[in-house]
Amino acid sequence: MALKDITLGQYFPGHSPVHRLDPRTKLLAVVLYIVALFLAQWFVSYAVMFLVLAGSIAISGVPVKSILRGMKPVVFIVVFTALLNLFYSGGDTVLVRFWIFTITLEGVFRAFFMVVRILMLISGTFLLTYTTSPILLTDGLESLLSPLKKLHAPIHELSMIMSIALRFIPTLIEETDKIMSAQRARGADFESGNLIQRAKALLPLLVPLFISAFRRAEELATAMECRCYHGGEGRTRLRQLKYRGADWFTLALFLAVTVGVGVLGHFGL
Amino acid sequence: MDPILETKQLSHIYSAGTPFERTALDGVDFRAYPGEYLGIIGHTGSGKSTLIQHLNGLLKPTSGQVLFQGTDIWSDPKITRQTRFRVGLVFQYPEYQLFEETVYKDISFGPQNMGLDQKEVDRRVRAAAYFVGLRDDQLEKSPFELSGGQKRRVAIAGVIAMEPQVLILDEPTAGLDPEGVESILGNIRDYHRAHNATIILVSHSMEEMARTVDRLVVVNGGKLPFEGTPREVFQHGDELERMGLGVPQLTRVFHRLRALGVDIDPSVYTLEQAKGAVLDALAKRGKALEKGVE
Ligand SMILES: Nc1ncnc2c1ncn2[C@@H]1O[C@H](COP(=O)(O)OP(=O)(O)OP(=O)(O)O)[C@@H](O)[C@H]1O
Ligand SMILES: [Mg+2]
Repeated sequence: MALKDITLGQYFPGHSPVHRLDPRTKLLAVVLYIVALFLAQWFVSYAVMFLVLAGSIAISGVPVKSILRGMKPVVFIVVFTALLNLFYSGGDTVLVRFWIFTITLEGVFRAFFMVVRILMLISGTFLLTYTTSPILLTDGLESLLSPLKKLHAPIHELSMIMSIALRFIPTLIEETDKIMSAQRARGADFESGNLIQRAKALLPLLVPLFISAFRRAEELATAMECRCYHGGEGRTRLRQLKYRGADWFTLALFLAVTVGVGVLGHFGL
Repeated sequence: MDPILETKQLSHIYSAGTPFERTALDGVDFRAYPGEYLGIIGHTGSGKSTLIQHLNGLLKPTSGQVLFQGTDIWSDPKITRQTRFRVGLVFQYPEYQLFEETVYKDISFGPQNMGLDQKEVDRRVRAAAYFVGLRDDQLEKSPFELSGGQKRRVAIAGVIAMEPQVLILDEPTAGLDPEGVESILGNIRDYHRAHNATIILVSHSMEEMARTVDRLVVVNGGKLPFEGTPREVFQHGDELERMGLGVPQLTRVFHRLRALGVDIDPSVYTLEQAKGAVLDALAKRGKALEKGVE
């Protein structure tokens, strides 16, 4: 598998209604969704959350397979959390008892809901990054955080740094792939040997990679200066973020769901 | 003669199983014979780089086989590694892979990895430097102090120093001035002659190919539609045009003449051949006229 095929949270281009939502809407909706997940208590509220998630995924057209693939790296954490909850929850309805472990009915439910919560949390955030390009995401963040500019927080600069970093991740991965192949063609071996040998074997990869990263940074800085870039003050945008009907509708929907789930949770449902 | 390198029904799919899936090679049967100077030509994105990275075992086929001297290079990890030394591959813009403190050390990276003794490494580094026209005093310099063209020579020397039986170069002349192009092509020819090595040259310049190679393989959309001597390949002028590959200017003139109804051989690409073709055509016409008079 090439380095490139690691798709953790990678953007899937598309034109679904979810893709076309304003990034700020999606960011706020995800925040509301996460809050609601923590307010949910019992099957009824989780069922509501599941409907919201399943509906969003269906509308976005992102293949369920890709979302499931994204879960692979967290399987360990999920299993670990489940076991912890299963064995250490306490409760009165004892189901099984062996050696030092006791499994209670309460523990089973807790573990189950915990797993569901983590999985839904991850699917929800993945749906955000799958349907929103990194550039739009940082634009949205900048716009949401812009009130902090009044407090002299360098919001524009931070978001510029973030967009540039995001922009260059694929480029650097591609470059790493290429240099690795070139050195392999000269017999470099990145896979075998002990730790020290392996660290040493990375030198022919890291030196050219750093040199090219610095060269790129310098070229980019020159190019930005040539176009008179001088920070955020008075800068207009090519991509204007605009709120449309769908955005207000989505926000209202998620707000309603969060309040609704909060109420359900309050009654222990 | 048995091919030195051969692919059988070779296919490669990038990022299989993701929405970015892309078939770069599709059932390719490719052959390179010992000692030949072979050209691979194709439009941007046609699959040339993908094909050659299979030839020395850098990419693993999605399906199909790659054979070096009749042995599947993936049959054993040892053989895969050996193949990397026997089939030298110079990447596109190889100057970006330099990393050592001195030119000498950088060129010796390959031979060192082969596990040769110090004396042999030294001989090979000096021989390789000589082939690409690097002077002795340049060997102790940092590769990063050299000009772009000189860096490229160092990188090529780094592969030549492994003394591979097959030397593959991916667009070795891209971005060089005409003089640089000539001298690098000359270096490659010298290596070809001195070691009786097989050379595989990748390019998308028809003019350059026509002048240098014995045989041409055309890559288009992950398949190999034509192969043969440059002259044979240029017969397919119209199809090549449609693949976005211009034929040499001279060939184009002759294709046009033929389209205008002149009975002339359109596969020429050098002045010498053009002269021959024109004389032939005139002779034919002369004979026809004579007949007409009788
Ligand atoms: N690492 C990769 N991951 C995904 N797709 C790739 C990768 N490398 C190449 N491709 C795709 O495979 C196809 C063939 O690419 P390849 O690099 O072999 O073309 P090429 O003929 O060498 O082109 P060029 O003349 O531009 O070098 C292209 O469509 C390209 O987008
Ligand atoms: Mg290429």
